[in-house]
Amino acid sequence: MISKQRMKIVSTNQIAKDTIEMVLKNSYISENAIPGQFIHILVEGHTLRRPISIADVDKDNETVTILFKKLGSGTEKLSESKAGDFLNVLGPSGNGFETSTEGLHTVLLIGGGIGVPPMYYLGKSLAKQNIHVISVLGFQSKDHVFYEEKFQQFSKTYVVTNDGSYGDKGFVTSVIPNVGEFDRYYSCGPLPMLKAITNELSEKEGFISLEERMGCGVGACFACVVPTNTEKGYKKICSDGPVFAAREVIL
Amino acid sequence: MSLLQVNLPGLHLKNPIMPASGCFGFGREYSQFYDLSKLGAVIMKVATGSERFGNPTPRVAETASGMLNAIGLQNPGVEKIIENEVTFLSQYDTSIIANVAGSTIEEYEYVARTFNNTKAVHALELNISCPNVKEGGIQFGTDPKMAAKVTEIVKKASNLPVYVKLSPNVTDIVAMAKAVESAGADGLSMINTLTGMQINLASKRPIIANKTGGLSGAAIKPIAIRMIYEVKQHVHIPIIGMGGISSAEDVLEFLLAGASAVAVGTANFSNPLICSDIIDELPTTLERYGFDAVEDAIGKAVMNE
Ligand SMILES: Cc1cc2nc3c(=O)[nH]c(=O)nc-3n(C[C@H](O)[C@H](O)[C@H](O)COP(=O)(O)OP(=O)(O)OC[C@H]3O[C@@H](n4cnc5c(N)ncnc54)[C@H](O)[C@@H]3O)c2cc1C
Ligand SMILES: Cc1cc2nc3c(=O)[nH]c(=O)nc-3n(C[C@H](O)[C@H](O)[C@H](O)COP(=O)(O)O)c2cc1C
Repeated sequence: MISKQRMKIVSTNQIAKDTIEMVLKNSYISENAIPGQFIHILVEGHTLRRPISIADVDKDNETVTILFKKLGSGTEKLSESKAGDFLNVLGPSGNGFETSTEGLHTVLLIGGGIGVPPMYYLGKSLAKQNIHVISVLGFQSKDHVFYEEKFQQFSKTYVVTNDGSYGDKGFVTSVIPNVGEFDRYYSCGPLPMLKAITNELSEKEGFISLEERMGCGVGACFACVVPTNTEKGYKKICSDGPVFAAREVIL
Repeated sequence: MSLLQVNLPGLHLKNPIMPASGCFGFGREYSQFYDLSKLGAVIMKVATGSERFGNPTPRVAETASGMLNAIGLQNPGVEKIIENEVTFLSQYDTSIIANVAGSTIEEYEYVARTFNNTKAVHALELNISCPNVKEGGIQFGTDPKMAAKVTEIVKKASNLPVYVKLSPNVTDIVAMAKAVESAGADGLSMINTLTGMQINLASKRPIIANKTGGLSGAAIKPIAIRMIYEVKQHVHIPIIGMGGISSAEDVLEFLLAGASAVAVGTANFSNPLICSDIIDELPTTLERYGFDAVEDAIGKAVMNE
């Protein structure tokens, strides 16, 4: 269940261009978070909370890791927080990834930019259940690449950059045909990437995580809806999602 | 302990605090955070005659001290609201206020009559001021004659007390208030959002898909206070005040300006426990400023003139 919590910043590091990794301590959120969920962070001087994915959880040390990019004033301000500071957070929020592994052998993770973080905790959890994991990570350029070695610890990892400054040049979709067989894919990233992937892999079972500007973040205000082909015709990204079966949402 | 009770037409409130329409859904989500029986009342998300999907996304943007929204009256329709949501809210010991909208006078009438028949809601809040519906809503909210007409028809269609929610997007708010008072409104609810826009520098386009959205939050509080203060001098029906409230001090300011009760909207997004926190703090705040009861503070700033 979602709860209002204080999270203590254990550490904060810049790990790539404009990209911050923060380790946050809180027993309630570390105990209850599942891959694909997010925390909704209140940033001083801002009316709306910022949704940031849970990138990793360490249940023994009661910590949650987030990775975020400095984009506008909220994430800029958040990046100025120091170890020892507390964050005012709602979480764990939303519905995470489908992780039932019955009959599952190999999964493909596809992350683009700030869509990479939720793939990490997911991949790590699946690998622990002896699922074979393949990762495709897309970044703008070499300076933006992060967590490659961490993904390599549990998966065969392909990195692509838009400008070719690191790994293969192009988009994540250009390497997917080369990764071999897989039973299911999971993806998070910019909308054009998700559109391309769901089109290309329309025959496969897939789960995607969506982004939209949110109001309340708890499912009350109808700001972040997405059209679906379910009976109701729509779902709320903050509370029904952010993860959806690729086939149910209309992008 | 200060006395928090307030009596308004059809509403016997244990305290003057209620979540504002559209900022609290139908209460379910916030019931995870605290017991909704603590609230004076709940104003539900809007109800229209049939289901509405609303506007394309993005529907919200953040502004200095506030936000813009263009949800577009998304709701499952009055019947489903009664079946699923009013039933849910009825388990709590709080008053239920239904926010009513439509594109035509007939639709307003239909929604009001349907709520009236259920006996489960305690009052109607007539949303004649939603800036995000293009067909008709805005016309009702900015033309005193249209506002009076829709008020009259809704009064006839139901026995429930009717609070007409005024739009601040007018030059003469007092004229609007007087028009709906003469048409039989039992109370006023003010203010709704102010129409605004924000342009993204990178895309060079408005951020909100609907282009314009309604401004809410702390940024609009001085406008709400001014309008309530003006209206209070000219009408005799009670006012439910709203616009940027986020503390017990804000509540007291609205009471002084002439509100008899208040609604809290956008602040629920920053703090889902805000209504509960304000209810806890209100007695001390009243006391600090020399009031024994909420009712003693209502309109004090107007009377002091
Ligand atoms: C479920 C979910 C998970 C996310 N996980 C991550 C993550 O792990 N790492 C990361 O770097 N980013 C993540 N994002 C995107 C992140 O929320 C935005 O980059 C951030 O809110 C931008 O805030 P800002 O103040 O810097 O930008 P501004 O542009 O100043 O923000 C203005 C408003 O728009 C909203 N907004 C702007 N861009 C986005 C966006 N892309 N998605 C949603 N709201 C936006 C902000 O929340 C704020 O309300 C996630 C978004 C969602 C919806
Ligand atoms: C996301 C959002 C949705 C809203 N939906 C409605 C609505 O359905 N009906 C209505 O009468 N007012 C609606 N409002 C207006 C609020 O009820 C309130 O009048 C306004 O936001 C000012 O109060 P605040 O500053 O405390 O938010 C909405 C406001 C917001 C922010």
